[in-house]
Amino acid sequence: MASKQQPQALNNGINQIIDAMPINGPPVVIEVRSLTKKYNGILAVNCISFTVQRGSITALVGGNGAGKTTTLSMLLGLLLPSEGEINILGADMLTKRHLVLPRMNFSSPYVGMPARLTVGENLTVYANLYGLDNVKDRVTSVAKDLQILDTLKIQLGNLSSGQKTRVSLAKALINEPELLILDEPTASLDPESADWARGHLESYQQRTGATLLLASHNMGEVERLCHKVLMMKEGTIVDEGSPQRLIANYDRKNLEEVFLDIARDRTHSRDFVP
Amino acid sequence: MRGLLWKRIWAMVLRHTYLLRSSWPRVLELAYWPTFQLLLWGFITTFFLQHSSWLAQAAGALISAVLLWDVLFRSNLGLSLTFVEEIWARNLGQLFISPLRPTEMIAALMIISFVRTIISVTPAAFLALPFFDVWVFDLGIALVAFFFNLMVMGWAVGLVVSGLILRFGLGAESLCWLAIFLIAPITGIYYPVKVLPDWLEPFAWILPSTYIFEGMRAVLFNKIFNWNLFFGAVGFNLVYLFIGIGIFLRMFHLARVQGKLLQQGE
Repeated sequence: MASKQQPQALNNGINQIIDAMPINGPPVVIEVRSLTKKYNGILAVNCISFTVQRGSITALVGGNGAGKTTTLSMLLGLLLPSEGEINILGADMLTKRHLVLPRMNFSSPYVGMPARLTVGENLTVYANLYGLDNVKDRVTSVAKDLQILDTLKIQLGNLSSGQKTRVSLAKALINEPELLILDEPTASLDPESADWARGHLESYQQRTGATLLLASHNMGEVERLCHKVLMMKEGTIVDEGSPQRLIANYDRKNLEEVFLDIARDRTHSRDFVP
Repeated sequence: MRGLLWKRIWAMVLRHTYLLRSSWPRVLELAYWPTFQLLLWGFITTFFLQHSSWLAQAAGALISAVLLWDVLFRSNLGLSLTFVEEIWARNLGQLFISPLRPTEMIAALMIISFVRTIISVTPAAFLALPFFDVWVFDLGIALVAFFFNLMVMGWAVGLVVSGLILRFGLGAESLCWLAIFLIAPITGIYYPVKVLPDWLEPFAWILPSTYIFEGMRAVLFNKIFNWNLFFGAVGFNLVYLFIGIGIFLRMFHLARVQGKLLQQGE
């Protein structure tokens, strides 16, 4: 497992680079332009644009109903936007999603997997859905990485929340995705399990150079993991930057205080121009 | 204390009243089964009152009809319930962020439906011999033609039902059972179509299953395989399968517009 100090130091270096990046600089994995979603007359996402750089960890942060899950759903192709463009790994997600879906994956504690199948059966199904070779070896390997080897023959429904989250992560990493999208990856986990999950995600990102995009309410998690934060409120991106830069701009001690400032309209960043 | 007890009971009644009120298929289902039973057994009674010697001409006509009807029923149920299983498991979102395409899902549902149907009807087909002295395999190659036509019709109905469940949510899950029984009284499973009122007969003849059950009686009573009936079933089946696939894909598209792939529940 990676140490806690090393990723933070690594993050700081990458944060400085990302903050100084021109928009069209290094390879962009996700490019979103003027993305809008209206449901039943409600504007869930209102004309947002952002990019996510290759090899970065980016967080979508915002209160309940800010539009994070709607945005992630559109990125995954589960939800069609009302307007706007999404380009992922060089392909238009509205017309060519099947070209890039094998190269990405997703994990969320709120999206289930068949509870009556064993962990091994679930992972075997998903390994086949992603068209992997040597399915048995891959299932064993990812189960070993996630420390769930001893659960492979147990029905998913009989596992604890922490074990289920590990299985969900194993499913999300089964195809070694270049882009991993996570919706509150450590929700419902106790502090020890949550810390373990963050460490695993960090080490996966460092080992493979994958790009991670996550939605989270846990500001400590975002500060620890992420190179860049997109702050959402009422369907729009109201601020963005590295955690350190946001904290400095709002003159606060940590990201949680920044979150509360934005949620309660108390102060504004010194240099964000939407 | 007694007041609180009634309040709790009332709360549960209210909970399920809200559920009923929010789901027209659930309300429809309440009225559906008595109506269905009345029509089916009413027509059976009418027929046997007029043709009491009919069964003596072909032993096993009713048993064979029951078995073939079960092929249609199980084929439909095998497809639609397999789809509903994914919703119960809240697994649809996971499936469709993988490279799985909706058309591949349809193909998989058809294969699983076939396997489930074989598992369902095979024991009954064999048990009919010791219990009733009916060997359904005496239908010969015609049985294969009947079986596959009924399978395809079951798939078509199952795809429409699955599409509607995707559109209206699990409140419509009873359609898995209800939809196929809608046609049972008019498709001539246990009696010829001519027993139906004149105005109802044209509706019977737009159902592929009607051609199959009439074809089955032609084999059992007259020892002939009626090719016109066979091609009638195949033709209508192709049309219905095309419509079923089209409705499923359209509802899948609408589910992506409305965000329902991640939000399926009661």
